[in-house]
Amino acid sequence: MTAEEIRQEVLDILADIAPDEDLSELKDDQSFRQQMELDSMDFLDIVMELRKRHRVQIPEDDYVNLASMSSTVKYLEPLMRDIQKV
Amino acid sequence: MPFPSARAMIRNVATLPQLSDDQRVVITGVGLTSPNGNSLAEYRQALLEGRSGVRKYHIRYVGETLAGECNFDDLRYQSRRDVRRGTRAGSIGIYCAREAIADAGVAWEQIDRERVGVYIGVTEHGNVETENEIHEIKAFDYDTKIWSHHHNPRTVANNTAGEITLNMGITGPPYTIGAACAAGNAGVIQATQMLRLGECDLALCGGVSESIRTFGIFAGFASQGALAVHADPARASRPFDRERNGIVVSEGGCLFTLERYADAARRGAKIYGEVAGHAMNSDASDFVMPNPDQQARCVELALKRAGLNAEDIDLVSTHATATASGDIQECAALRRVFGTSRRTLVNNTKSFIGHAMGAAGALELAGNLPSFHDGVVHPTINVEDLDEQCELPGLVLNQPREAQQVRYILNNSFGMLGINSVLIIKQA
Repeated sequence: MTAEEIRQEVLDILADIAPDEDLSELKDDQSFRQQMELDSMDFLDIVMELRKRHRVQIPEDDYVNLASMSSTVKYLEPLMRDIQKV
Repeated sequence: MPFPSARAMIRNVATLPQLSDDQRVVITGVGLTSPNGNSLAEYRQALLEGRSGVRKYHIRYVGETLAGECNFDDLRYQSRRDVRRGTRAGSIGIYCAREAIADAGVAWEQIDRERVGVYIGVTEHGNVETENEIHEIKAFDYDTKIWSHHHNPRTVANNTAGEITLNMGITGPPYTIGAACAAGNAGVIQATQMLRLGECDLALCGGVSESIRTFGIFAGFASQGALAVHADPARASRPFDRERNGIVVSEGGCLFTLERYADAARRGAKIYGEVAGHAMNSDASDFVMPNPDQQARCVELALKRAGLNAEDIDLVSTHATATASGDIQECAALRRVFGTSRRTLVNNTKSFIGHAMGAAGALELAGNLPSFHDGVVHPTINVEDLDEQCELPGLVLNQPREAQQVRYILNNSFGMLGINSVLIIKQA
């Protein structure tokens, strides 16, 4: 997957776990929490959905990398590079 | 639906034994969703028009079956995020609680939420979420790393009352009461006691059920030979009929606002009825088979607590679920208490909506409350060939009946493991 494809995957997950949010104006460099109503259970949903949809395992120590869209994509790029977009 | 104000009720209440106005407990609001209506007015109309809420239904592993499914607007009081986060039982509870508060006309924004109690009867809880998670991990070769972190908060036994408190900012005492199919009455009984103890000033109480979302309840009843089958869904739930062949499982919810009479009178609340008597007991005899001796005993205890005789009851709302033996047992219990009196009318709501499990007792009471005002008793439908063992002189069959006056309703609700609950409600 390219960085743009990974971004779209994360966006799809966010749309599912925060269905009331308008994500069209999401700023990639700002933290998710500054822009959306997300609590710790929602963050765990991001981790879980990446695991379910792409078999990506994220260790707890790495959760800090999921703060914003740009940091999330940067972190996921090496992990998802070889995954084919379906 | 016009009901008398609390002040107008004063002249009508002298018969209740030994209770001061701050010990008397009254129903001041109703919020409900049933397979044939999402408000008391809609639901009552369906009951008077003979409209069933049972439909064809598909659930995984079991396949095609029948059920009563609710279609209330779950986004009326919840965000999509909250619906996703919580359980179906939570959504049903929140809808009913909010509707009951609106119906009661209390100034909710001014209410001290620490003085509000929540008492929700459920038949079971957690099966839906557990089945979903097992279904999910099956696709991952049972890798438990896929098991949701939402599983525990969704399946704790206090989930339903807890979701209501979260949604409404209620900080008073919340109980979810597991009482099998006696749970709807049990919720009201618990609320009555908490009000009398002064543990709260306003109680949201009754029962909810999400059970149609679990395949296990259908499969379990089918294995027990107690799941209804019929080509016409509307005719599938047929208590007292010779051709009855089991239970139609339904979802639903019904919550009442209960207040002490003195508080309700002070704010000029409309009053649906007063809790005149109640009882709960146990059969201590079998896991699934009912016990007519103990059911009769429970009815007698409720009558005694209300200071009433059997002939004072104008309407008995039966529990009968359309199983072969359960209906006969309940009729035997009623015959024992009510004899051959033709004065007491008898009906059954499951013939319309199926068995709403934890919500059944509360929904069945709610559908009959308007009888206090309009004097009409809704029937038991789908009785084409009355089982002689279910014959009771006052059975209202297939068509509504005008009663002279309905002053007392007795509501039966019984459950597995031999739990019995009886409520007697007095006209306001």
